Amino acid sequence: MADKLKFTIDGVEVQAEHGQTILDAADAAGIYIPRLCAHPDLKPIGSCRICTVVVNGRPQAACVQPAAEGMVVENDTPEMLEHRRNLIDMMFVEGNHFCMFCEKSGNCELQAMAYRFGITAPQYPSQFPDKDVDASHPDVMMDYNRCILCTRCVRASQELDGKNVFQSIGRGFGRKIGVNGRQALGDTDLNVDDRAADPTICPVGCIIKKRVGFEVPIGERKFDHEPIGSEIEKG
Amino acid sequence: MSAKKIIIEPVTRVEGHGKVTILLDEQQQVTQARLHIVEFRGFERFIQGRPYWEIPVLVQRLCGICPVSHHLAAAKAMDGIIGVDQLTPTAEKMRRLMHYGQMFQSHALHFFHLCSPDLLFGFDADVAIRNVVGVARKHPELAVQGVMMRKYGQEIIKATAGKKIHGTGAIPGGINKNLSIAERDELLKDIDQMIEWSRAALKIAKDYTFEHLEELKDFGSFESNHVSLVRKDGAMDLYHGDLRAITADGETIFDHLDYQDYFKYIAEEVRPWSYMKFPFIKSIGPEDGWYRVGPLSRINACDFIDTPEAEEARKEFMAVTDGKPNNLTMAYHWTRMIEELHSAEKIRDLLNDPDLQGTDLVVKGERREESVGLIEAPRGTLFHHYKVDENDQVTMANLIVSTTNNNTPMNLAVEGVARKYLSGTEITEGLLNHVEVAIRAYDPCLSCATHALGKMPLEIELRDAEGELLDRKAR
Repeated sequence: MADKLKFTIDGVEVQAEHGQTILDAADAAGIYIPRLCAHPDLKPIGSCRICTVVVNGRPQAACVQPAAEGMVVENDTPEMLEHRRNLIDMMFVEGNHFCMFCEKSGNCELQAMAYRFGITAPQYPSQFPDKDVDASHPDVMMDYNRCILCTRCVRASQELDGKNVFQSIGRGFGRKIGVNGRQALGDTDLNVDDRAADPTICPVGCIIKKRVGFEVPIGERKFDHEPIGSEIEKG
Repeated sequence: MSAKKIIIEPVTRVEGHGKVTILLDEQQQVTQARLHIVEFRGFERFIQGRPYWEIPVLVQRLCGICPVSHHLAAAKAMDGIIGVDQLTPTAEKMRRLMHYGQMFQSHALHFFHLCSPDLLFGFDADVAIRNVVGVARKHPELAVQGVMMRKYGQEIIKATAGKKIHGTGAIPGGINKNLSIAERDELLKDIDQMIEWSRAALKIAKDYTFEHLEELKDFGSFESNHVSLVRKDGAMDLYHGDLRAITADGETIFDHLDYQDYFKYIAEEVRPWSYMKFPFIKSIGPEDGWYRVGPLSRINACDFIDTPEAEEARKEFMAVTDGKPNNLTMAYHWTRMIEELHSAEKIRDLLNDPDLQGTDLVVKGERREESVGLIEAPRGTLFHHYKVDENDQVTMANLIVSTTNNNTPMNLAVEGVARKYLSGTEITEGLLNHVEVAIRAYDPCLSCATHALGKMPLEIELRDAEGELLDRKAR
């Protein structure tokens, strides 16, 4: 067996380790495949479907699909662009995302993704769901209005903190992130220094550290100057 | 013959939407004028439950013209919530710079774009000419100055808050950035020009008032109390101070009140025909306790201005009334331009202050449950009052915005003008124009929408006591 296998993404030849996912191989090759639920420190689960690519004619989630010799992957095509734009759009209208006063603005991966895809206003009708704010924890707050159900907090708590603070509960439109089942955040053993509470784990402004707010000025936030994915594309 | 009702809707060249109803008695005499505020915003309710540190950024969305005022009033209240009574010099001066930039651009917008058509062309001029496009055609240099002055103020806001509109600069306990040398030098390049243009605008407003003094004395003018923040030493201070209230004659009603206790001295009355409340001074009562705020009241209430050119202009203004308060509605324009010059002088002084390059930006203190933030916004005293629970969530908010403080005065101004210019039951262009000019003197901010071109259709309806339409006029 050769050391590395070869496949193509949009006609460009890419090398991959055996067992490596398409997403990881693309990252290593400087090709950005958009994603929201994937995080480099967490096991992938293929939940958000933003990273969907066409592999040998069939759609697959690049974050969980292992690369294989001779694969033909389509990533940056008009069809996939449209598909991703629709998914992002749906995430906006299924929550209450008010970027204008959200402290995650400029650091928010969902917002940055919308900017990358040129979405300036949602095309679907907003659902305006009735969501809670859980401010019961002394140092961490959850604003469910902004949750996109990526489950990065669930995995970070389990895989990195060795805890089980967050879980995915309910089904369909009623699905939400629970804390210790249906308790309040203040009743859990979540610590402000846990990775699950780290602002780089939650891609949006749902889990935030209290009393930080707008400490970082406009112009110094992560996506103020370059679109999301630039760090990968620069290699 | 039964009583009649005349409705003017919408009112053009003010910020937002308003509607005027003039009520007539059976002898066709004006009995009352009502400026209806028909929009309902609901901010006080829907910010409940939000974390306190979010509020300065959230509430500024009330307005796109003077969001900085709400941003800073809320930030001042949140300073109190986290137990901070004194900011670092860098933080306070950055906020002041932001505020003077805001005052400068808002006053420039009002004077050049909203009010100058009335002053330059006369109240009765054709509406097709009497607008900002007309100003641009006949006085292109003024139109350009207005745009450039507004732009300069917006650039200051961007340098202090991160964006020209709806930035994030002020945070509880301080500010999130200082002013870089590059930003400072960029702003210093144009400040002398801004001061010169402010002098020229002040002269236009002053000369206009002198030339039309006799006519303006009767134009929607009336005696009133005046409320303003003033510095401890009595100086005008647009960012911070104590509450002072004076009568129309200049007698003190209250002075040097800590605004944390504002609710002990000021209350609000609700009337069924408007979403806007009617504030009054408690010790005098709702009937006579109403007051004016804004540039006219600030100049009337302060003992002096701490910048030389604006102080000279203030003295000249006060000399017209022998040092007593001036109660002319149209004097708002003159005083607004005194403040424009004062703001430009303050901006120049601050840009030359090395404290703005300091790095000590935020202080913290002991959490409190309740706090009030006041500021002198372009349109007048702005009150923000909040309660925050142990989970850091807002549980109560009360906002008395500048235009609300001027509610009764605006109604009286309209009533006065209607009495003078309404003859019979016929609705004339002249009546429409004069009513609008009177309202516009207060630079009311009726919502965040703007209609600066003055091209909105203007419709008046004449209805009898039963609500039957008798006449309608539109343009």
